[in-house]
Amino acid sequence: MNWKIWSLKKSIWVFHVNAGACNNCDIEIVNLLTPKFDVERFGIKLVGSPRHADALLVTGVGTRQAVIRVREVYRQIPKPCVVFLIGACACGTGIFHKGYHVAGPLDKIIREVDPNAIIAYVPGCPPKPEAMISGVVKALSAI
Amino acid sequence: MKRTVRKPVLAVGPFHPLQEEMEFFQLTIDGETVTDIDMRISYNHRGIEGISETLQFDQVPFLVSRICGICSASHPLAYVQAVEDIAGVTPPERALYVRVIINELERIHSHMLWVGLAGHFIGYDTVFMWAWKYREPVLDLLEEITGNRNNYGNVKVGGCREDIPDETIPKILKELDKLEKKTDMLTKAVLDDPVIHARLKGVGILSKDDAIKYAVTGPTARGSGVAIDVRRDDPYAAYNDLDWNVIVQPEGDVFAKAVVRLLEVLEAVKITREAVKKLPKGPVAVEVKEIPPGEGCGHAEAPRGETFHYVRSDGGNRPVRHKVRAPSFVNVPSFRASCIGQHIADVTITLAAVDPCYSCTERLAVVDSHNNIIQNYETLLKMSRERTAEIRKEIGTPQWKLEDF
Amino acid sequence: MNQQELSDRLSEINDKLIDTQQPLDDRIFLLCESKNSYAVNKFLFEQLSLRFVIATGIDSDDCFEVLYHYAYDQLGYIITLRAFIRDRENPAVESITPFLPGAEWIEREIHDLLGIEFRNHPNMRRLILADDWPEGVYPLRKACPLDKLGASSERSEGTKK
Repeated sequence: MNWKIWSLKKSIWVFHVNAGACNNCDIEIVNLLTPKFDVERFGIKLVGSPRHADALLVTGVGTRQAVIRVREVYRQIPKPCVVFLIGACACGTGIFHKGYHVAGPLDKIIREVDPNAIIAYVPGCPPKPEAMISGVVKALSAI
Repeated sequence: MKRTVRKPVLAVGPFHPLQEEMEFFQLTIDGETVTDIDMRISYNHRGIEGISETLQFDQVPFLVSRICGICSASHPLAYVQAVEDIAGVTPPERALYVRVIINELERIHSHMLWVGLAGHFIGYDTVFMWAWKYREPVLDLLEEITGNRNNYGNVKVGGCREDIPDETIPKILKELDKLEKKTDMLTKAVLDDPVIHARLKGVGILSKDDAIKYAVTGPTARGSGVAIDVRRDDPYAAYNDLDWNVIVQPEGDVFAKAVVRLLEVLEAVKITREAVKKLPKGPVAVEVKEIPPGEGCGHAEAPRGETFHYVRSDGGNRPVRHKVRAPSFVNVPSFRASCIGQHIADVTITLAAVDPCYSCTERLAVVDSHNNIIQNYETLLKMSRERTAEIRKEIGTPQWKLEDF
Repeated sequence: MNQQELSDRLSEINDKLIDTQQPLDDRIFLLCESKNSYAVNKFLFEQLSLRFVIATGIDSDDCFEVLYHYAYDQLGYIITLRAFIRDRENPAVESITPFLPGAEWIEREIHDLLGIEFRNHPNMRRLILADDWPEGVYPLRKACPLDKLGASSERSEGTKK
């Protein structure tokens, strides 16, 4: 196995982006750090800059204003990286698909920048923290 | 030779792990004091009012509870009340009590979230972990009652979608007792801590006059001496039948707002307990066949302030116009009044004191900053924590330890 | 003020109103033409000390409307002023931000979504639509159907590097 991919699987650092979300998913992500779920014991931590991250957590529907920044952040993250689309909105715009300010499902946006992006979908509204942990574990063991 | 002084501009935002929403504040500073502030929002604008016009009346509560994750019980409640105004429908009594219980439980976990974030901004990370740990039992309770930790989807035009099963009631009462004890201890500890006093008192003052001119509501207004609370002024659901107090503090600084929120958690526990004990028997919904033409206004007291929904109907099955007033949309501009003249190390906590829920305001914005120094959010957060550390050195560490809880 | 006193005081501006409706005990609607809306708003906010809640813009078929919602907390009333803007080509109304700073963002939002001009607004700039949203396209106008601007068309290109 490629050593880059192998090193990615241990203790991943994540960067979180909100692309126009209602905050539910974002708060559930922050819940992961708190004592009940405590993902820091697995070495997963939230970092403040995309350049330090191994994985990108994206929430939200992808509004016109936000997608420009999402593309920018994706370009800055060192590859290989895994993109986790958290929540029904990120997986496919969810209940907002008729919105005039919605720029389309995020997986399309990210594939425009990089057709070979590794994308994992964690559906739910919001997905429970257990679901997110399970999603991350499944995605990493499948790589 | 004339020296041109360039006013430095600091940009706060747009991404930070703990600042969930994207917003962009452009601060102009003179030395270390903020002289002007510009805000731009647009990231979260999903066009909800437009989408409402394409949905049927009974589908809108599901859309509207996703305006904001933390006010997700108050938005559908305000909307449903507006439609019930138009249709002339009164939900059964049990439904009104169930609505109160869910809204107050949401208020508890929303204020605990705020306490945690405020602690994080000033460097009390133990407070952050503690507050969020004690949110969890409330979320578990809500999951048992409604099926989801957030986005309950429990209100509909004419009442509630689901009832609270009788078996859950002893559990609710037990959890409330536990929570009350812990919150009581935390409140006393926070209110007596001299470092927190020095850090938060006199910071980010919003005067009563400004609070009225900027039309703010919620703890932001009540912390500035403006005694307004929709639950008392225009009682909805079952609030008129219950015995509770409106918490008001006159000083207008961040400390006053923190006191208001902490004491409101204790009030919310009281209200929920009384509502659960007095829960009347009966159905939880009446059937509503159609909505006649007309217009209705419904409002509810969300944790952040007043949510107000205006609905106009022309007799069809979709709203002709649905206007959403989220509390933060009107509270956030008051930053201008409370931030100017402050030290930059206090900016993060002043911004947090309004408890902005940017997705409520459907906005995000990024403004390209001018030239000059740009410091990112990380630096501002660090400055805030360093200030607390300095104060702690001067005053000395408090006697109590949060690890004891 | 009790109910009767409020009624009496509201009748002081009857000359500026077209009509007063009270569909429910605690919901009052005042109707006026847009040219009088500034004076009525000033009266409601300054003379009666009502609490300003929000303003709504509506595209009715034959005119535009701006609704100003106020709350009278002592009695739990919501008093809404409906200002009719008859000129559909260039809808405009006087801004109330000069005496009510809280209305600044509210009027900017109505302008973004409906294209109504607020005269003498101190800071009329785009607020909630994206930087690259086309000028002159107002999403909440009836003539602008949502599916034309949905995700499948006119997507943001962003800055391509």
